[in-house]
Parts: sequence; C-alpha cells; structure tokens
Amino acid sequence: MASLVLAEHDNAMLKDATHKAVTAAAAISTPVHVLVAGENCEAVAQAAAKIAGVEKALHADAPSLARQLAEPMEALILSLAGAYDAILAPATTTGKNILPRVAASLDTPQVSEILKVVSPDTFEHPIYAGNAIETVQAPAGKIIATVRTAAFGAAAEGGGATLEKITAPADPGLSKFIGEALSKSERPELTSARIVISGGRGLGSAENFKLLDSVADKLHAAVGASRAAVDAGYVPNDYQVGQTGKVVAPDLYIAVGISGAIQHLAGMKDSRKIVAINKDADAPIFQVADYGLVGDLFKSLPELDEELAKRGYK
Amino acid sequence: MKVLVPVKRVIDYNVKVRVKADQSGVDLANVKMSMNPFDEIAVEEAVRLKEKGMATEVVALSIGPHQASETIRTALAMGADRGILVKTDQTVEPLAVAKILKAIVEAERPDLVITGKQAIDDDSNQVGQMLAALLGWPQATFAHSLELAADSAKVAREIDGGLQTVEVKLPAVITTDLRLNEPRYASLPNIMKAKKKSIDEKTAADLGVDIAPRLKVLKVSEPPKRGGGMKVESVGALLDRLKADGVI
Repeated sequence: MASLVLAEHDNAMLKDATHKAVTAAAAISTPVHVLVAGENCEAVAQAAAKIAGVEKALHADAPSLARQLAEPMEALILSLAGAYDAILAPATTTGKNILPRVAASLDTPQVSEILKVVSPDTFEHPIYAGNAIETVQAPAGKIIATVRTAAFGAAAEGGGATLEKITAPADPGLSKFIGEALSKSERPELTSARIVISGGRGLGSAENFKLLDSVADKLHAAVGASRAAVDAGYVPNDYQVGQTGKVVAPDLYIAVGISGAIQHLAGMKDSRKIVAINKDADAPIFQVADYGLVGDLFKSLPELDEELAKRGYK
Repeated sequence: MKVLVPVKRVIDYNVKVRVKADQSGVDLANVKMSMNPFDEIAVEEAVRLKEKGMATEVVALSIGPHQASETIRTALAMGADRGILVKTDQTVEPLAVAKILKAIVEAERPDLVITGKQAIDDDSNQVGQMLAALLGWPQATFAHSLELAADSAKVAREIDGGLQTVEVKLPAVITTDLRLNEPRYASLPNIMKAKKKSIDEKTAADLGVDIAPRLKVLKVSEPPKRGGGMKVESVGALLDRLKADGVI
C-alpha cells in the first residue's frame, strides 16, 4: 500500500517539517503521498511534488480548509484513509490537533512523536518529557503516528511527483476561524533554525532579553527562551523551548542565563552542540553542554557580539 | 451548563523519573503522585465558570486505581461538585480513555468537557481530540483563553506561530495549555468540605468499554546520555571551538 503525510504549510510556503515527516514515512510504507490541504495553496502543492521520494502530491483546496481546522481536516483525511496503511503528520500544533481525531474515527491507536522507525510497525517515542524512551509495536492495521521532526533528516528536493487535485468533503460546520495573532520575525523559525540562542531568567528583564538579538542576527539564529523567562513575561510563549514548548535540535544551541531545568532540557538536549553561558558553575545546564562559559552574561554577551563582529559575522 | 473535567493521576512533575533496570517501565514505587498539571488548569477553568454563574455543575472524573480517588478529591477541594472514578489497575491507552469518556458523556450529558492537553507521563496529547471525534463534537485544543456564550465558545489557541482564535459550537471539548489560568491552592475548609462530596465508582466493564491495550510496549529505556563537555575560558576560545566543529 502506501503512506500519507500531512503537509505543514501556511498556504504560501511548504514547511521543512513536511520533508522530515516524509523521511519517517518512507521507512514505514512506500510509496509516499503528501496531502496539501488549504486554500489557494497551489504553490505549496507544487513544492510538495518536488520532495524526493514522494510519488504523488494530493491537493485539496477549499475555503473550509484555509486554516486546517481539525473537524474539516478529519473529514478530508478519512475520505482518503482507505488507500493507505500509514498516516503521518509532523508533531506540530497542527498535526497534533488533527491526527488523534483521525485515529479515533478509524478505531486505531496513535503513536505520538516518533523519534525512530525501528521497523515498519515498531517505533521509539519519548515519554516523561524525554526522560524515558518507549519502544512500542503497533497492532496489525493502519499505522497512525505524529513525527518528532527534530529526530529525522529532511527528504531532499528534486523529486517529480504527480500532482492530483482532490475534492474536499463538505465542512462539518462545527467550528470556525475567527482570527490569529502570529509573532512577526525576520529570523528563522525556532524548529527549523540551524542555530538557536535562548535566554533564561538570568536575562532579568524583557529589555535585557534584546541583548540576544545582535548575536542572533550575526549567526542567523532563531531566538528561544526557557519557560522561566516566558513565565516572567520577558518574551511571548511561542519562544518557549522545552517539554511544554517547542522541541528543537539545531546544529548549535546557545543557552544564556538558563539554569537547565529538566523541562527545558527536554526541549533541546538533542542539539548537535550545546553552549551554556551562566554565572553559576553548578547550574545543571553545564551537564549537557559541550562548551560551558562560566561568567556574567552581561559581560560575556557583549564580548561574544564584539568577537563575532571582529571575525566578520554580521 | 454542566462541565465534565477528566483528571489523571501522574508522577508529580518535580520528581525525576527513573527507568527500571529490566526496561519494563519507569519506577512508580514510593514516588509522589499528583494531578496532571494541565488537568489542574482544566479544573480551575471549570470552577471559574461556575463562580461566574456560567456553569451549574462541575463533575471531575478519573480513570485509574483506587488511589486516583485522591486526585478526584483534589479536584473536589478546588471546587468541583462531585466525582466519578472509573476504577482499573491496568494501563489505559488514550483511545480506550476516550471511549470510557464517551460512555460517561452519554450518561452525564455535559455541555462542555475541559481537560489537559496532555498528561505529563505518556505525553500523548490525544485524549481530548479522540473524545471529540468519537462524539462528533468540535474541539478547541491548547486553550490560552476561553470566552463562553450560551451555545458556543470562543477559544484562543496556542499554536506554533502564536495564537489562533476559533469559535466552536457547544457541546465541545476544550483542552488546556499552560497559560489559560493559574490553578488555586485548595483551602483547608474546602479540603474538609471535599471529603463530604460524593465519588461514584464504576468500571470499564460497567460502561461496556474494552480497555485491553492495543499497543505493545517492547521496552522502556534511558535516553542517550550526552558526553561530558568542557569549560572554556573566553568567548574567543569558544568561537574557535565552534568554528573547528563546523557549527558556525
């Protein structure tokens, strides 16, 4: 049979999370089809057709799908489900919202946030905020899973899938979109950035948090935060890295003024290299850091900024 | 308006979990257990709706062993009116939990189910969505704020890029995110009062729900440990290292 991957996009751009979920899907069941559901999202469907390893991009376009609300998306995926033995979505807030509805309607258990495909029906996924890894085997029947995107490499570009327009079922009419308030940022997105610099309570204020900006700009890094910094009101919640925020695994993660609570480590400990800057030499963050700089961040940060400038980063 | 609040008994969020040596699971023996923090937020929201005169009754429900009745008592002490314990000693997977909740909803006929977006033990983040699907109800997951009207709810949801506001028809399922509210501490008089509130006991069999696990847990292991790092003396030395590693 085949696997179906729900594309992550905003009607204009296909997100990298899709490519990563395709990698997971290819290890479970091939061929891989990608479902692009939205409104006026033709360009996204075309981009999905270019992912290497994808055989077909399904394009459903309707006003009711514009915001990918769970109820119409469930109806759409159920209308396609019969042809697939695996249905996957990236474990984004969109995928996490939609997929359990599909699973329940198909009377199939879901495996959340798979980290590794051990075999086509067996997966590793984190429990207890990543403090334990559970290996589970799904029963015979369909595989339904969300994919922890930080754990999979992105499928390459360069495929030539066929593009197929499909018709969306009628909107169940249970929910409607009212509005959204998205954070505007010129920086890369936290979950796909190659470098992330995060601040904690050690920054002390919303004003001081901006000290990270200059370094972030020079490194083309995304800016994140610990839950403590979010709770203290320094930055909005969508900056949060951790068990209750976003899970990231960049090439380089720089933790500034973050002590390293378990809940924060759960969101960043799979980063390739971790740097910690903290004045407390005993802070738990140093136990996971590859490089630790013990010192006052209000001195180290400007120094770092200056040194980067000196070395030609701008 | 009646509100049903499912709550789960889990390892307290401050406890560092230990994986058992035989890899059969995590060690639950003599470990402090508490109400799932997201469910506490759900109880708080329901109780506030009652205090505002919008909800008439708040029913707290838990599925688990005898001790899960303590978790229900916590909800009662926070202001829930009565409890239901669906007693079982076995692991109940999210889909089975949703089926039990569906049976309870059909009997109790609440207008709103509010529960945590995920439990901090299995981190599944499935039950609210599954329940909504089984009932054919709309859902508003990851709630950041809630505005209730007679036949609909307007919910701002925490999504990856910021906030999204949706309006759902009632009845509906709402799952809570961290910033919805700050749960109260139960006062001593309310803890005493909670002891007199009733907890109705049932089993999954009473409700006609098969809770046999469908997923097979092969093992539970420790996450890979990171190798020991090193301290660097200056930002210059740090940048040299990062350059050598090829990450900047």
